[in-house]
Amino acid sequence: MKHATAAAKFVANDERSHWHDKALWFIRSKRDRMAHSVPEWEILRDTAAAIKAHTMTHLAELLEQFEENATKLGATVHWAKDAAEHNEIVHGLLRDHNVRKLVKSKSMLTEECHLNPFLEKHGIEVTDTDLGEWLVQLRNEPPSHIVMPAIHIKKEEVGELFHRVLGTEEGASDPPYLAEAARTALRQKFMEADAGLTGVNFAIAETGGFVVCTNEGNADLGVSLPKLHIASMGIEKLIPKAEHLGVFLRLLARSATGQPITTYSSHFHGPRAGGELHIILVDNGRSNLLASDDFHRSLNCIRCGACMNTCPVYRRTGGHSYGTTVPGPIGSILAPSRDAEEHSTLPYACSLCGSCTDVCPVKIDLHHQLLTWRREIAALGYVSLDKTVPMKLASAVFRRPWLYRLAGRVARNVVPWMPRFMLYNPLNVWGRKRELPEFPKESFQQAYARRNKASGKGGVR
Amino acid sequence: MSSRDTVLKAIRKSQREATPLPTLDQDWLKFEDPIDQFTKVLESVGGKCLQVSSRSEINDRLAEFPQFESANVRASTIEGVGLSTVSLEEIDDPHNVENVDFAVLAGEFAVAENGAVWITDETLKHRVLHFITQHLALVVPAKNVVNNMHEAYKRLSFDGRRFGTFISGPSKTADIEQSLVIGAHGPRSHVVFLVDDES
Repeated sequence: MKHATAAAKFVANDERSHWHDKALWFIRSKRDRMAHSVPEWEILRDTAAAIKAHTMTHLAELLEQFEENATKLGATVHWAKDAAEHNEIVHGLLRDHNVRKLVKSKSMLTEECHLNPFLEKHGIEVTDTDLGEWLVQLRNEPPSHIVMPAIHIKKEEVGELFHRVLGTEEGASDPPYLAEAARTALRQKFMEADAGLTGVNFAIAETGGFVVCTNEGNADLGVSLPKLHIASMGIEKLIPKAEHLGVFLRLLARSATGQPITTYSSHFHGPRAGGELHIILVDNGRSNLLASDDFHRSLNCIRCGACMNTCPVYRRTGGHSYGTTVPGPIGSILAPSRDAEEHSTLPYACSLCGSCTDVCPVKIDLHHQLLTWRREIAALGYVSLDKTVPMKLASAVFRRPWLYRLAGRVARNVVPWMPRFMLYNPLNVWGRKRELPEFPKESFQQAYARRNKASGKGGVR
Repeated sequence: MSSRDTVLKAIRKSQREATPLPTLDQDWLKFEDPIDQFTKVLESVGGKCLQVSSRSEINDRLAEFPQFESANVRASTIEGVGLSTVSLEEIDDPHNVENVDFAVLAGEFAVAENGAVWITDETLKHRVLHFITQHLALVVPAKNVVNNMHEAYKRLSFDGRRFGTFISGPSKTADIEQSLVIGAHGPRSHVVFLVDDES
C-alpha cells in the first residue's frame, strides 16, 4: 500500500496525529539534552561510524571469529540464510526441549521473520515481555516504532485492553495502575516459561559474547529462569572488540530515549551453569544490502530509533503507515532493498530535511540514501503517474523560456478566476491539504524591470 | 552448501576495501567529583546512592527504608549485612527466589557518567535475583567509581564463561503514553551503598 494512503487513515484524526507528533518530539528533545551533556558527542559518533565501517569490511572473518569464540564458551551457533530457516531453527530447538511456553524480549529481527505466528501455528505459546511489545501483541498488530512499539496507543486504549484481558477496573487508565497489572501478569509468564528468546544489541567477535539492553529487565528475567536461552541476531550486529561497547553504549540510550544508559545492559558469555545457549546468525537479505554500493551503509544502524523521533513525516503519520517492520527514515531505506516495487513510495515519505542524518549516532547519510532510492525507483519505473506526469510537464515548461513566461501569464490572469472545483479536484493531489497562494499581479521579470526603471538603472540584463 | 557457507560466501563476494579501526585513546569525559556525579545521575534515573564509612553502617541505613523494614524475605550475599532470612546456597531452582522482597548484593564498580553499577553472578548462585527481587541494594567500594564507559571496559575482561550487567536504577517502563513508571517487571527500588573502607 502507498505510504500516503496508509497515512491518510492516521492523519484523519487530527488530534491524534498532533498528540503523536508531540510525544516523539518530547523524546527528540530529551535526546538533545543528553547529547549536549557529553562534550565529545561528535567524536563518539565519528568513532562509532568508523568502527561499523571497519566491521562491515571485515564481516566474514569477524563472524567466523565470533562463532569460534562463542562455541568455546559453550554456546551453539546456528546460521540462517533467511527468515524461514531462522524460524525452523527456533522451532526445532523448542521441539527438542519440549517447550510449550516461550517468553521473548524485544527483537525486531523476530518481527522481521514473523516468528510469533509461525510458532503459534505449531502450538507454542509466545509472550512478548517488553510492555510495549506485549501491548501490540495483545492488539494483534505490529510495533509502530522499533524502541517504543506502542507509542501510537493511548492510555485509555491500554485501559480498555487490560480490562478485557486482565480484568482491570473498567475505565481505569492510570499508567502506574496499568503497568502494575502488567507486572503481575508478566511475572507469572516468566515463572511458567520453558525457554527465553532475546534479540541482540551487540555481539563481540573478540570474546564470543553479546549484549542485550532493556529498561524493564525483561530479557534477564526471561533467560535467567528457564534452562534454554535462544538469541537471534542479524549478522550486522557484530562489533570487533569488547572495548567498542564503551562507544556504543554511550550513544545508544542517549540517542534512543534520552537516558544516560538503559537500566540493564547485560553481557552474556556462554550459557549459565546447567543451561543451554543457542545463537542464531541471520542473513535474510543483509548480505545483499552489503553488496549495494549505494545502500550498504544502512547496515551500520544500531536501531536506536532517533531518526524516527525526529522525522517530521514519521511523527505526523505514525509507524504503521510504512507497512514495514522497521518504519521511519531507516526503514524507508531498508524496505525497498527487499522489494523496491512493494515499498516504492517510502523514499518519498520524506521532506529531505536531513534531520535524521543529523541525529544518527553512527552517522548514516540517511536522507542522501533516500534521495538515491528515488532515482533508483524512477529508473525501475515504479513511480506513479501522479508524480511522473506533473514532473514531465514541469520539465517541458522549464526547458522553454517562452512557454514558461506564457504559463506564468496564464496562471496570473486566469487561475484567480477559475472556480474551486476546477482547481481542487481529485487530480490535484497537492491541493488536498493545501491552498494555492495568492497570485501576484506581475511576474518577477516585470517587477524587477519596474524597480530598476524607478531607480534609474537599466532593465533586465 | 550449508547456510553458513552460503552466507559467508555472499559476504566475501561483496566485501569492500578494508578500513582501519579508530583509536579509542581520546580525552573522554571526566568529572571533578565522580561520586557526586554518580549520585546525581543515579537519582535522575530513579535510584539512590548513599555513601557509608563501613559495611557495618549499611544495616543502620537500611533500617531507614520502609521497604526493607517490611520485607518478609531478605537475601544477602554480603557478610553481616542485610539481615538475610534465606540461605541462597540451599536453593537449587532459581524459580524459588521469586519471593525475595529485598536483596543486598555486591557490585564491582560504579560509572559516574550514567549511574550504572557492574554486577556479575560470580558470588551468586542465581543471577535472576538481581532482576526478580522486589527491591535491590548494591554494595560497591567507594574507591571503585570510574568516570565513563571507556574506563569501565578497561576494568573488564571476558575470557571465559561469565555473566555481567550494568544496572542503572530500578526497573522501569514508559511504554504507556511515555509516562515513566518505576518498577516494570523487576525491582521497584534501587539503592547503591558506596563503602569507604572497602579494600
